[in-house]
Amino acid sequence: MAVDAKIVAQVAHLARVEIDDASVAGFATEMTNVLDLAGQMDEVDTSQVEPMAHPLHAVQRLRPDVVTESDQREAFQSQAPAVDGGYYLVPQVIE
Amino acid sequence: MHKDTIAQMRQNLKSGAYSSVELCETFLQRIESSNPALNAFISVMGESAMDQARAADKRLASGDNAALLGVPIAHKDIFCTEGVRTSCGSRMLENFAPPYNATVVSKLDAAGVVCLGKTNMDEFAMGSSNENSYFGPVANPWNTAHVPGGSSGGSAAAVAARLVPGCTGTDTGGSIRQPAAFCGITGIKPTYGRVSRYGMIAFASSLDQAGPMATSAEDCALMLDAMAGFDERDSTSIDEPVDDYSVGLDKPLDGLKIGLPKQYFTQDLAAPIAASLQAAIAEYEKLGVTFVDIELKNQHLAVPAYYVVAPAECSSNLSRFDGVRYGYRCEDPVDLEDLYKRSRGEGFGREVKRRILIGTYALSAGYYDAYYIKAQKIRNLISQDFTDAFKEVDMILGPTTPTPAFSLGEKTSDPVAMYLNDIYTIPANLAGLPGISLPCGTIDGLPVGLQLVGNYFSEQRLLNAAHRFQQATDWHRQVPADFA
Repeated sequence: MAVDAKIVAQVAHLARVEIDDASVAGFATEMTNVLDLAGQMDEVDTSQVEPMAHPLHAVQRLRPDVVTESDQREAFQSQAPAVDGGYYLVPQVIE
Repeated sequence: MHKDTIAQMRQNLKSGAYSSVELCETFLQRIESSNPALNAFISVMGESAMDQARAADKRLASGDNAALLGVPIAHKDIFCTEGVRTSCGSRMLENFAPPYNATVVSKLDAAGVVCLGKTNMDEFAMGSSNENSYFGPVANPWNTAHVPGGSSGGSAAAVAARLVPGCTGTDTGGSIRQPAAFCGITGIKPTYGRVSRYGMIAFASSLDQAGPMATSAEDCALMLDAMAGFDERDSTSIDEPVDDYSVGLDKPLDGLKIGLPKQYFTQDLAAPIAASLQAAIAEYEKLGVTFVDIELKNQHLAVPAYYVVAPAECSSNLSRFDGVRYGYRCEDPVDLEDLYKRSRGEGFGREVKRRILIGTYALSAGYYDAYYIKAQKIRNLISQDFTDAFKEVDMILGPTTPTPAFSLGEKTSDPVAMYLNDIYTIPANLAGLPGISLPCGTIDGLPVGLQLVGNYFSEQRLLNAAHRFQQATDWHRQVPADFA
C-alpha cells in the first residue's frame, strides 16, 4: 500500500493534526513502510479466526447505576487553557 | 547506602541504621550531580520528598509497619500526580498538573514511599529509545553515547545509575522490559489488568500495563505487592485475588519446566546474546530446571499486528487532546478547526503524529477490516500459541532484545528498524501475559537481558524464578562504573 501526499493530507484532516508541507513526503514514506510491515499479516489465512476483543476474554464490567463522582468542575477547569464563568472558551462557532 | 536494595532499605530504616531523611538526601544529591549527564528526570521533587521523608521517619519511630515506609522511589511521568506536572514526555502536557493521583501513585503512597520525582520517557510512551521525549533524550548509564531503551528509559537509567532504588514503568510493547534489559536492571510487566490503569495516561488501552523497575526481582516483588490489585475505576482491571509476591521468592525451582521457543533461538539471534542466554540456561539447569523446545509459530506476525493495534488505539485515545479542556493550545486560533489542528500539530512530536496518522488510516472506512480486524485475529493466533505452549511448560525463556543498547541517533531515521527492537517483548502484550526481564550478561560493557514469560497471573512464579537466578549470579548487582 503506497501512501501519497494526498492520503497524508486526508488522514491528517480526519485526525485534526496539522502537518507542515515540508513533512508530508517523509510521513508518506514512513506510513508506506509501516503499512507494508502490517501487510505481512496477509500471509496467514485468518478467515476462520475470531478477532480478539480482550486478552483475558473478559466482558465489560457493569456497576450499579448510582452517582459515584462528585462535581469537581473547578479542579478540572484549573487545567484548561481558557475558561470563563465555568465555561470552556473556544473560537466563535456560530456566526 | 545508595547501593542497598529496597529490601535492605526496609530493614535499615526499621533498625534505625539510617533515616529516611538521610536516605532521601543521599539520592537527591546523586540526582543533582548525575542527572545533567543522564537526563533521566523531567521533574525532581526535592522539597515534597524531604517533607515525606521527615513524616516517614516519625512514623518509623512510632513503630508504623507500612510496607515501604520511607523508601524513595520515582514515577514515570505518565502517572498522574496530584498538583505535580505530569508531562508524558510531551509538549502537549508540558504544563499539565493533574487534579488527582493515579491509583498506582495512591497505592504506593499508602505503602509509605517517598517520591523523589518524575522520570523521562518517550512522548506518550511511544518509542524504544527515549529519543522521542520533548524533554530530550536520556543517556544509558553504562555508556552515555547509547540509548537506555524506551519508553520507560528515564526510569531504567535512574535505577541503573542508583539515582533511585525503584521506579514505576509502563509496558505497551516492551516499555518496561526492553529498557530494563538495556540498562541492566530488573523489570516486570504484569498480566493485563493486574495493575490499575486509572490515572496512567493511555496509549493503547488493550495493551498498556504498569509495573515496577528495580535492581532485583526481590525489589520488584516488594513494589508489585503495593501496586497490584483490583480497581473499580479501571474498567479492565481484573477482580482476582492478588498473590503475596515477596513471599515464596526462595522456593526451589526443582521440577520447573521452561520452554525455549525454536523461533527465538535461530541463526538470526546475535551470537553474544545467544551465548549469554546459554550460560543462563546452564545456571538454571543447576537449579533443577528442565528445558524443552517449544513452538511459537506465529511470533513473526507480532510486530506487524502490534503496529496496527497500537497506532489504532493511540489515534483514538489521543483524540482527547483538543486544546480545549487541558494541555497545549496554539496561539490565536482563527476558528475551532484551526484550534484543533494547530494545537495538536504543535503539541505532538513526530513519532506521535506518525502513529496517529497510521492509526487513523487503519481505522478509516474501507480499511478497518483489512488492518484492525486482521490484526486482532492475528492476536488471537499468537495468544493461542502461548496457550498451547503453557500446556507443556511453566514459563518461556528467551532474549528480551535482539541486541544490547544501540547508539543515540542510530535508528531514528528508520521507524521500522526501531520497531523491530521489540520483536521479543510485543507477543506478551498482544496476549496479555506477564513477562520479566533480568540481566544475564554484558557485551562490550553493555548489559544483556533475559526474558521469562509466564501464564496469566503467574507473576509470583516469574519473580521466584528470577530471584533464584539472582541468588546464584551477580549480574544484577553490577553498577555502571561512572555511577558506582
